Amino acid sequence: MSSYQQPDASGHFGPYGGSFVSETLTHAILELREAYARYQHDPAFLAEFHYELKHFVGRPSPVYHAARTSREMGGAQIYLKREDLNHTGAHKINNVIGQAMLAKRMGKPRVIAETGAGQHGVATATICARYGLECVVYMGSEDVKRQSPNVYRMKLLGASVVPVESGSKTLKDALNEAMRDWVANVDNTFYIIGTVAGPHPYPMMVRDFQSVIGKECLEQMPPMLAEQKVLGQQPDVVIACVGGGSNAMGIFHPYIPYEKTRLIGVEAAGEGLETGKHSASLQKGSAGVLHGNRTFILQDDNGQITETHSISAGLDYPGVGPEHAWLQEVGRAEYVGITDKEALEAFHYLCRTEGIIPALESSHAVAYAMKLAKTMHPDQSILVNLSGRGDKDIGTVADLSGEDFYDRPSMRGLSVKGAAGDTKP
Amino acid sequence: MSRIQTTFEQLKAQGRKALIPYVTAGFPFADITPALMHGMVEAGADVIELGVPFSDPMADGPVIQKAGEKALGLGIGMVQVLDHVREFRKRNTTTPVVLMGYANPVERYDQKHGTGAFVRDASAAGVDGVLIVDYPPEECEAFAASLREHGMDLIFLLAPTSTDERMAQVARVASGYVYYVSLKGVTGSGALDTAAVEQMLPRIRKHVDIPVGVGFGIRDAATAQAIGKVADAVVIGSRIIQLIEDQEHAKVVPLTVDFLRGVRKALDA
Ligand SMILES: Cc1ncc(COP(=O)(O)O)c(C=O)c1O
Repeated sequence: MSSYQQPDASGHFGPYGGSFVSETLTHAILELREAYARYQHDPAFLAEFHYELKHFVGRPSPVYHAARTSREMGGAQIYLKREDLNHTGAHKINNVIGQAMLAKRMGKPRVIAETGAGQHGVATATICARYGLECVVYMGSEDVKRQSPNVYRMKLLGASVVPVESGSKTLKDALNEAMRDWVANVDNTFYIIGTVAGPHPYPMMVRDFQSVIGKECLEQMPPMLAEQKVLGQQPDVVIACVGGGSNAMGIFHPYIPYEKTRLIGVEAAGEGLETGKHSASLQKGSAGVLHGNRTFILQDDNGQITETHSISAGLDYPGVGPEHAWLQEVGRAEYVGITDKEALEAFHYLCRTEGIIPALESSHAVAYAMKLAKTMHPDQSILVNLSGRGDKDIGTVADLSGEDFYDRPSMRGLSVKGAAGDTKP
Repeated sequence: MSRIQTTFEQLKAQGRKALIPYVTAGFPFADITPALMHGMVEAGADVIELGVPFSDPMADGPVIQKAGEKALGLGIGMVQVLDHVREFRKRNTTTPVVLMGYANPVERYDQKHGTGAFVRDASAAGVDGVLIVDYPPEECEAFAASLREHGMDLIFLLAPTSTDERMAQVARVASGYVYYVSLKGVTGSGALDTAAVEQMLPRIRKHVDIPVGVGFGIRDAATAQAIGKVADAVVIGSRIIQLIEDQEHAKVVPLTVDFLRGVRKALDA
């Protein structure tokens, strides 16, 4: 994999990726490809990008040795890449800055975005406030309820949030609606996609912006591993959760040439991979065309997209970035599942053991790392991308755990997805 | 010669414009589609566009999206859509039928029934052309070749945002007719600007030498008439869906026939 060069000029990762959009959007897509090609390697653009990452986001984010967790697991040393410490609370901000900078340069005064957990919406609303851009965020009405603190944050930041009532009322429907808005307003509107999906160049562009995560790790890990007298210059395993797959691509991509490092993506197994109630597109899906690219999707025999399930709104998506489909096919990355229950347990564990409240999305990655660590040795290492912090999820968790808390969804008359009752740790 | 080509040549000889109604298969009742298609022909339709329902119709507006959701709820998939066409062909062997939909149900059909199955079965059922909204020319070369082999047409959209370069690219693979999406927006969006359409058509014809239809936003006889003056065909979709969406079974066909007769009359005037 030392010569990994993906995608090709037309945005294909092997048979995946590409650009499957209606004619009305073709022009906008070509315009964006041109703009990105122009600025991708432009020193002034990159200097501004890194300035923003440093001074606005707070990068580099640290890598933290989860010493207590590692000791208690009795196996590999677990390290956490602290994307939760970024401004706005997740990795999403990295990509949003890059795309908003493009929007400015392309003279598009209006920005639209789709959001699941709300983190991408908050990041987009934040950057629009900072750059003086109009911001409209589409969000499934189901997610609007589940993630009300983030909805309010977006409003505080001056964005309008549009609840989407169609389909399953979650992330995929928000994406459809954002695409429709883009079709109608292509002249003045830039669509900031929040993950490594969508038509070319989005999967590549978002990956490039998010790769800052893995690039930092490449520098941070050798001294950290040496300090703990762990073998090797780089971790034995890198683990990240996969919804659309942007935080995972961000940390995986720089590691692709490091073949001794295993790359493991954790999908939401929901109530179990065999129950049909999950969001594990790579493990349980098949190839198809959705949202402008060919990738693995969850679908029925008629090619209709099926309903997904996860306690974590950010992972509740029936597709996945095309580069992950490719990495799975060529065997460079492995994909596994973690259930709602396991994720919730890991969430509580990390709170109590490390003093870190992780996002429910990230808790999936943490849960798998804890499982895997037990099968490894103390002189081995696992790097987990802690993609975001869990503030947005505390109401959901309180409900699932049966805890008393004034802002839990059930107090607002709403139900929470996930196996309530039996998940109390 | 394909049925689509024959139809357009006959119309041209008569100095008439094609009327192309669109309806989602299996909407608003699972069993009504063949009868509705016959009714449309009776009312003066020259080509029928039959929508294949899809769970995530990114380029459609709320009206067609809702129709698709209803049809899906009634169990309409590609197999049933082809059944509708087969049924229609029992009594009509001349009116071209075009399937309009999204890539995924088409590709899934091949995954389930074998490579090339969709084109083979659609052709056998009596389908004349296919319009896949999210298949741009550069992503469907093999599919286009397979359709050509079976004498079927691949219809493409052009939009107000299409550049001359893009029109030339579409012209190289398109057959049957080209469908100009008259406005920036999804199906069923607001009013259409006939003056803008008039200006665009000569630009399109510089690159495209097959008939050009215009659709998205044609809601009444008057607009159809105005568009008919400059285009070779008018496509009407959302308006028909709206007309029949809350009707009882017995009223669906007569209402559609009435409406289309009015459009036909205006178009021929
Ligand atoms: C904290 C966090 N992690 C992960 C994700 C999933 O996105 P991706 O798979 O693109 O990283 C989200 C999405 O909202 C998120 O908020």
